[in-house]
Amino acid sequence: MSDQKPIIRTDAPAPDGFEGEGFFATKLSSVIGMARKFSLWPLPFATSCCGIEFMATLNPTYDASRFGMERNSFSPRQADMLMVCGTISKKLGPVLKEVYTQMAEPKWVVAVGACASSGGIFDTYSVLQGIDKIIPVDVYVPGCPPRPEQIIEGVMQVQALAESESIRRRDMPEYQNLLDSYNISN
Amino acid sequence: MTNEFVLEAITREFPETVISSSEPYGMLTIEVKKDDIKKVIHYLKDSSLEINFLTDICGIHYPEFPDKEIGVVYHLHNMVANFRIRLKVFMPRENIEVDSLTELYAGANWMERETFDFYGIKFKGHPDLRAILNMEDLGYHPMLKEYRLEDGTRTDKNDSMFGR
Repeated sequence: MSDQKPIIRTDAPAPDGFEGEGFFATKLSSVIGMARKFSLWPLPFATSCCGIEFMATLNPTYDASRFGMERNSFSPRQADMLMVCGTISKKLGPVLKEVYTQMAEPKWVVAVGACASSGGIFDTYSVLQGIDKIIPVDVYVPGCPPRPEQIIEGVMQVQALAESESIRRRDMPEYQNLLDSYNISN
Repeated sequence: MTNEFVLEAITREFPETVISSSEPYGMLTIEVKKDDIKKVIHYLKDSSLEINFLTDICGIHYPEFPDKEIGVVYHLHNMVANFRIRLKVFMPRENIEVDSLTELYAGANWMERETFDFYGIKFKGHPDLRAILNMEDLGYHPMLKEYRLEDGTRTDKNDSMFGR
């Protein structure tokens, strides 16, 4: 049995704010952003080889749980990070769009790999040439398939987004226009 | 059961219908008139030849032959004697229509739907002729060599990234 005691870090950086004796004041959006950043729940939409790499990302070697994404949600319910790993055919497109629209705000989309980002090598009649044809994408992960380190990099970029974006961003007319351009009603 | 025997049986039963025959890799292959294909297959199924398993139905497109542009290929099998036969029908581009085999073989249903989906060949008498593998609003029949495969769908890729 290890005699190491669990270490509780108390020096994690706090958001910017005003500090005084016995109080700390900051913006609500900073606190919310920090909470969202460390509690992303991914919804793996895995169709092919990138999906296998995503599974490797979850295994103990790479340990995606370190980022607070312990629970993988195989349902849109309460998931907020859609990981699209693999080739999406045109026939599957409406299914992916349905899954996206069923997720509650706020939500982020990661296109993992060449196929999800651009159709990859499949320049053909049946393959969707990038999921951004049907849903808005926040982060593109390059690679065919990407290694787990690259997927983790993509997750960290989503974390940076979640931390820094205003909690009002999704009420802005620009965001509504973006969704309207995809024919998605909010 | 030999190729000669089966070919002779078909020509005796349908003297006018066989347009040509060959034996590529030993498999009897005959081209028959489009209007007779259902009768011929019905005969092969129900006669003493017992060629009664429908292996495959598939379309084919030869843009360089205007009077034989679209074809349908049928593969049939006698399970007992392990005898295989291939039947072909061809038609020009306008009026792409052949008789459906769904009354003879229930399995022809999906094969004909697939052939319709990819080649636009209509099967007269098919109960439910609509796309089966592609999305319904695709708007074209992919296996017809009519559109440029790569540029048709891609709008924003850099060719140099893909070795082209």
